[in-house]
Amino acid sequence: MTSFFAQGALPRLWRTVGRGIAAFVLVILGLAVVVPILNLALPPESPFHVPTYLVSLWGKYACYALLALSIDLIWGYCGILSLGHGAFFALGGYAMGMYLMRQIGTRGVYANPVLPDFMVFLNWDHLPFYWWGFNSFAYAAVMVLVVPGLLAFVFGWFAFRSRVTGVYLSIITQALTFALMLGFFRNNFGFGGNNGLTDFKDVLGFNVQAAGTRDALFGITCVVLASALVMCRAIVTSKFGKVLVAIRDAESRTRFLGYRVESYKLLVFTLSACMAGVAGALYVPQVGIINPSEFAPANSIEEVIWVAVGGRGTLTGAILGAIVVNYGKTYFTSGALAPYWLFVLGGLFIGVTLLLPRGIVGTVQHWWANRHKPETPDPDADPVGAPAPAE
Amino acid sequence: MDARETSTLLYLDGVSVSFDGFLALDELSFTVDPGEMRAIIGPNGAGKTTMMDVVTGKTRPQKGDVLFDGIHRLTELDESDIAELGIGRKFQKPTVFDSHTVEDNLRLALKADRRARAALMWRESVDEETRIDRLFETIRLGALRSRLAGSLSHGQKQWLEIGMLLAQEPKLLLVDEPVAGMTDAETHQTAELLREINRQRTVVVVEHDMAFVRELGVKVTVLHEGTVIAEGSIDQVSDNERVIEVYLGR
Repeated sequence: MTSFFAQGALPRLWRTVGRGIAAFVLVILGLAVVVPILNLALPPESPFHVPTYLVSLWGKYACYALLALSIDLIWGYCGILSLGHGAFFALGGYAMGMYLMRQIGTRGVYANPVLPDFMVFLNWDHLPFYWWGFNSFAYAAVMVLVVPGLLAFVFGWFAFRSRVTGVYLSIITQALTFALMLGFFRNNFGFGGNNGLTDFKDVLGFNVQAAGTRDALFGITCVVLASALVMCRAIVTSKFGKVLVAIRDAESRTRFLGYRVESYKLLVFTLSACMAGVAGALYVPQVGIINPSEFAPANSIEEVIWVAVGGRGTLTGAILGAIVVNYGKTYFTSGALAPYWLFVLGGLFIGVTLLLPRGIVGTVQHWWANRHKPETPDPDADPVGAPAPAE
Repeated sequence: MDARETSTLLYLDGVSVSFDGFLALDELSFTVDPGEMRAIIGPNGAGKTTMMDVVTGKTRPQKGDVLFDGIHRLTELDESDIAELGIGRKFQKPTVFDSHTVEDNLRLALKADRRARAALMWRESVDEETRIDRLFETIRLGALRSRLAGSLSHGQKQWLEIGMLLAQEPKLLLVDEPVAGMTDAETHQTAELLREINRQRTVVVVEHDMAFVRELGVKVTVLHEGTVIAEGSIDQVSDNERVIEVYLGR
């Protein structure tokens, strides 16, 4: 332990994280504390009171932010454009949903102590083997990581070894999530068909509807999001992260330097899928339902748009983009503007691509980095503007 | 590993590659001795780049044998394995990592454990810094070390790439058209740099520029339609009738 401090692990962590990210982390952690207090400690008539539905709404945004972060890690830093990341999110969500279903016990409509309602409805007489163990939270928590991680590992193993890249890889990931959607829609798949899993009662013995549980889930989601941000930052600033950027910019050059590109891709892709799975698992108890529409290809595309809006390859941009776009979605889909949301989303994507190709955070970073540059441009410099430094 | 089958560093025997019926390499055979510098010339489409692709594992030949150091059968290995054995390659078009700094480009190329785990656990070390400083002395880009590689001029990128090759500490360097697009002064400096590198390492240079090949003053192999048509000093091959016919005399 002495060597741990002698080597200055904490200062090194601080240096790795950097000021910008550290401020971001502090804001997220601050929200994790302040929002539940404003919800629980203040009376509903206080102007500072945060209603429970808002806590859950922002909890949902935080889950989306974690999902966007996982996409940014592979797309922004390694150039892997996954258009099927919603699949890993949904699988993590289903794993959590299965645990929550088993917690209902005899409180279901059919009061079967073992079988969830939809199985009784389908006249099943025993629990399928893949539902075994999901009455244990620890087992479900492991599955939240293992199921998306394993799928990503097997998928990536085949795809990256056969050197499937670019748009072809994106199309296969779309097909993957589409195939899973069709599967999960089937009743005999054993995951509740098109109704999915819902009617949850409690998680770890706490009522999922209670304000206190909602606050705790919000706080946990924020802490997980902040930790994931620090982890991603540590990864992208390590030599591993530099290799990822090298792969993104010149894959075959990286190979000729002796790096086994497929192992790097496989590792980061699997890690990203696990992060997406955790995001899904935190999402389900706060939203109260998981169904096959979470696998819809359009969802995965929308998730990529969040990252593009916030700023690809900036980490904080992914988080910001997920929150901004989803806040916009909530705003536009509740009220007279509801029919126009898809136009807004499409317009946003086109607008960002044309006007802000670096995204919100990327544009700000670029402007900040160049603000002290002399008026006369460097003669050697790329006249279009040098690419922003990869971190 | 079986015993060395040849004392040469690079050994190609009867290598054939065809793309959709087009024979890019036709029973190509030649050898390069340890410590040698070899120039490979030939008109467009002679198979120079395909030959490099075969040696570095990018292309698998349909026929023939490629041995490195007498024991490694390169036709059975892939790009990263071959790079780890000690074969470095510089591409025709300079390819550096544009969004990394010049220094990070060298750092990524430095001979080290290439596995993902090692890269995750990596920390700066004094040894690495001295190796990078030494490389900067050789390639003379020290003043630009924290610039982004994407903002370098064409000639500077070529040198950075040569520096990255050296950082790999390869036994054999394959250099594809190192002076394409360079000024005369830069060409001269590059020849000097390659000769300096050749003091410790074996170098194979593929080049179009005859003046440059003459300046290098090394043994020349002439390729035409995927096969060797002449080998010897630049003066010997320039007198060869077949060479004049296909390449020089046009």
